[in-house]
Amino acid sequence: MFSYTFHWNQALKALPQMLDGALITLQVALLSMVIGLALALALTACRLSGNRVLGGIATTWIEIARNTPALFQIYMAHFGLGNFGIHLSPYTALLVGIAFNNAGYLAENFRGALKAIPDTQTRAGRSLGMTPVQAFRYIVLPQMLRVAFLPATNQMVWAILMTSLGVTVGMNSDLAGVTQELNARSFRTFEFFALAAVIYYVIAKAVTLAARVLASRLFRY
Amino acid sequence: MIEIQNVRKSFGSLEVLKGIDLTVEKGEVVTVIGGSGSGKSTLLTCINGLEPIDAGRIMVDGTEVHAKTTDLNKLRRKVGIVFQQWNAFPHLTVLENIMLAPRKVLGLSKEKAEEIAVKQLTHVGLGEKLSVYPTRMSGGQQQRMAIARALAMSPEYMLFDEVTSALDPQLVGEVLDTLRMLASEGMTMICVTHEMKFAREVSDRVAFFHKGVMAEIAPPEALFGTPKDPELQKFLAATH
Repeated sequence: MFSYTFHWNQALKALPQMLDGALITLQVALLSMVIGLALALALTACRLSGNRVLGGIATTWIEIARNTPALFQIYMAHFGLGNFGIHLSPYTALLVGIAFNNAGYLAENFRGALKAIPDTQTRAGRSLGMTPVQAFRYIVLPQMLRVAFLPATNQMVWAILMTSLGVTVGMNSDLAGVTQELNARSFRTFEFFALAAVIYYVIAKAVTLAARVLASRLFRY
Repeated sequence: MIEIQNVRKSFGSLEVLKGIDLTVEKGEVVTVIGGSGSGKSTLLTCINGLEPIDAGRIMVDGTEVHAKTTDLNKLRRKVGIVFQQWNAFPHLTVLENIMLAPRKVLGLSKEKAEEIAVKQLTHVGLGEKLSVYPTRMSGGQQQRMAIARALAMSPEYMLFDEVTSALDPQLVGEVLDTLRMLASEGMTMICVTHEMKFAREVSDRVAFFHKGVMAEIAPPEALFGTPKDPELQKFLAATH
């Protein structure tokens, strides 16, 4: 029957090592969000530019990012590009893969947010003598950010969880990588992964809570 | 002075303005009445260049609105417009709503812009609402705020596009009172309205639009008392 003996001590002893890994996880996720946000803005601008080539590139990117497995996107960044002689380290490949994925989702998020702000807001700004850029900057953009903010924090949580896919390209310094190595040495799979799961959970929850607090400060209306 | 000369405007195959001529002198209050689809709202959005025109021309103090060389952003500081939907900026407080354009468009200091905003808001009876967000106010209050927002740019002309049409009946009065006050202060105004009693009271002249044509224009006593155009007679019979 059930004859497994838990060895939690072994896992807890490795906690400092795992927390170091968690920091790397957070670092990759944060960087991928920063890069993803910048790329998403660029993709949104391409889509709105009216240029067919730029619009086509942006749409293709967004379609691939949103409709193929994140695992494949990371694999492609490491092994796929490797075939063409572009060799990215596991860390960089993971970062590139997740940033690619983030950019696609965030661009779609921005588009929805832009649609949510009625044209009459721009018109009201223009009728006060504002230039199109001023109307966008002071009237549309701040309202867009509010609409886009919470979905963007969901993407941040998703990015944190996606970093665990790094183990498939040889990433061994993040939380999943560290956990996998500890597991390989001890075969205490349940204990190590359960502890890692708790750490992921705490990070994800903390990010969500922090975002809520920030949102209530930023968006008072 | 606003001079509208033989202005034509179509949306697709539908011609909404069929050669409008109208001159509004400084200090004059002209109201425009007529059924929906008569082109009266379109005319207002053409006057401050929000809509292009197909033929004719509109001059504001000698500047041709639709000339390529005209700086529309500059022109719009002179010609304020308030719409049926007041379009409050929801992310800004009432005070910030008013301060935004004076600061960014006129380049005024924060202090100066605030001074103007407080003055205009007090003027329209919203002096107590400075730090409130517009969505917490009634439609009538938001519409008065929109009027204050336009006035804060110190326009020389004001265009009002059915500013009471989207309001609950009990809120119409407060907005009309604000317009009456502006008229009595000598503001040059063109008001598109469905409020006949208001039109009769404040106007120097009333224009009746029908199917893209200005069918009749006269001082209110004459237009309402002895209407000549048969369509106007029908319109007045239906609205009284």
